[in-house]
Amino acid sequence: MIALEKRPQPSRGWTYATPILAVILTMICGGLLFAALGKNPFETIRTIFLDPLFSEFAFYYRPQLLIKGAPLVLIAIGLSFGFRAGIWNIGAEGQYIVGAICGAAVGLAFYPTESIFIFPLMVLAGAIGGFVWAMIPGVLRVKFGTNEILVSLMLVYVAEQLLASMALGALRNPEGMGFPGSRNLAQYDAASSWIDQSIGMHWGVVSAFIAVIFAYVALSRHIFGFHVRLAGQSPRAARFAGVNPGALILICMGLSGALAGLAGLFEVAGPAGQISIDFNIGYGFTAIIVAFLGRLHPIGILLAGGLMALTYIGGEIAQSNLGLPLAAIQMMQGMLLFFLLAVDVLTNYRVRFGQGKPA
Amino acid sequence: MDLSAINPVLLLASLMVAATPILLAAIGELVVERAGVLNLGVEGMMITGAVCGFVVAVNSGSPWLGFLGAAAGGAGLALIFGGLTQFLLSNQVATGLALTLFGLGLSALVGQGYIGIKAPAFPDWHIPLLGDIPIIGPIIFQHDPMVYVGLIFVAGVWAFLTYSRLGLVLRAVGENHEAAHALGYDVIKVRLAAIIFGGACAGLGGAYLSLVRVPQWTEGMTAGAGWIALAIVVFASWRPWRLLLGAYLFGGITVLQLNLQAAGSALPVEYLSMTPYLATIAVLVIMRSGRAPGALGQIFHASR
Repeated sequence: MIALEKRPQPSRGWTYATPILAVILTMICGGLLFAALGKNPFETIRTIFLDPLFSEFAFYYRPQLLIKGAPLVLIAIGLSFGFRAGIWNIGAEGQYIVGAICGAAVGLAFYPTESIFIFPLMVLAGAIGGFVWAMIPGVLRVKFGTNEILVSLMLVYVAEQLLASMALGALRNPEGMGFPGSRNLAQYDAASSWIDQSIGMHWGVVSAFIAVIFAYVALSRHIFGFHVRLAGQSPRAARFAGVNPGALILICMGLSGALAGLAGLFEVAGPAGQISIDFNIGYGFTAIIVAFLGRLHPIGILLAGGLMALTYIGGEIAQSNLGLPLAAIQMMQGMLLFFLLAVDVLTNYRVRFGQGKPA
Repeated sequence: MDLSAINPVLLLASLMVAATPILLAAIGELVVERAGVLNLGVEGMMITGAVCGFVVAVNSGSPWLGFLGAAAGGAGLALIFGGLTQFLLSNQVATGLALTLFGLGLSALVGQGYIGIKAPAFPDWHIPLLGDIPIIGPIIFQHDPMVYVGLIFVAGVWAFLTYSRLGLVLRAVGENHEAAHALGYDVIKVRLAAIIFGGACAGLGGAYLSLVRVPQWTEGMTAGAGWIALAIVVFASWRPWRLLLGAYLFGGITVLQLNLQAAGSALPVEYLSMTPYLATIAVLVIMRSGRAPGALGQIFHASR
């Protein structure tokens, strides 16, 4: 008989080992899935996880790693604070979209003026857009006790409709011959977020690294990080320690919203280039996986963001070279989260084999 | 805008149809939550049900078999959730989200060859006598069978929770799992059964979208219906009959905005399409819901 016994303290070793174990299990199960789809599992796994880094075309894929990883890390860092404190902002995708719309609107308003102040203004607008969108579930939760999971998620669908309306209406390129979508911001120097396109460097990448450093310091060295961790582990103790639960909710929601908004702006002013109906490709949701895979720890999130970016790029290669459906990659990403949650039991519980004593 | 183009009888009739997928998913989730489990994967189970139902129905030619397949698909996905949360003691919020992400990927993969195909017809019932009553007949008694299945489920769940012994056990497990365990009830078994029932219901709801309401398969076709079902459970304060009210309220808003779109409203289509989601938020704010089941979302581990 197998029984679980709660550990007095979470195991440190397993804390680090579980994400790796989950990735290995995902590779095995993913391989089985690919085999079931009639692909060579070893070749497919190699294409997804190794080719972007080591194949002969890797010089082209490596910059992509920064481009895809930056928004994931940026959003996941914001989410990790809330998740630690038991505040579930699931609507990062919506905040990402609204941040992109607000930032792009500011940039487009100045077109075609050239000034060094335009881009900082766009960054500000993007952060505020995401912040405000995240404040809706935050304030409703604090004032009315409304469930922030459901409200933030509903707002994703609202944001998608808003995006469609903007791409077809207010922000449409007047010289676009009636096609939906805005002017291309990446080609408008004052508004472009690119630093060096050839190596995949844009301001979003810079911001992601800065966010990691700030989050690390805040969590391990600052009273705010202590409050966040305390509120997550013991809400009652947190109240005695003087943590204001309402303020904590608003700060965590606002922070994650602002970072998601920033990620959206950097994406739309660089890699995506324009506001179009489907410029968002679900980074806001994948970032949830990144946050958990990184164990809600800034350094972990950085590594997890890199790995997730790898599966995006590898997935595209596997799609074009091996004809692997993109949905299989999406499924594999979901699988990764499953395995992670499953093996996490080893962190908090000890597995006992053999006959347990009667209760 | 031409409001006279909107026929109130047809509007009310299509309200029942629009509410059915959410009603089905929500009644399943209600049972799950009354057992003390928060499964946020309704959207994932719904879309899996939608694709499973569609694939089975197209290949067998029978919508009924399709619904059966959808229930099996939804229950299968729910079983993963059950295994993870009940045996491996994972966080229910995170696991539910994983279920949704996984379900969206799985459904897109399964449904690949089925885009653009029409589902086999699922004819409406014209209930004799009752269906012939003017006005009320077309509104209530001329629908496809699944509309009535949804209503029977609501009544059944209500009777089960209120009058049956097993319903009492289920509620006890949901209110205080330690006490239920101490009384000798198998908390995990009860919860697993509830989770599987919830998955099957969500699958049926999804299949209703792909087989009756649309009736086609497109990726991501549930478009948040699963999340709205979760919201309606909160709105209903975990009571079956209020669930019916919530689902019809929501169905009414959906149908009304679709009709306004068709009637050429001055408001752009995108803003009309937002209304169901905004209405859900408004409802969550206005309806200060009753007390949630005591053990909702908590991990149960019987320590020695």
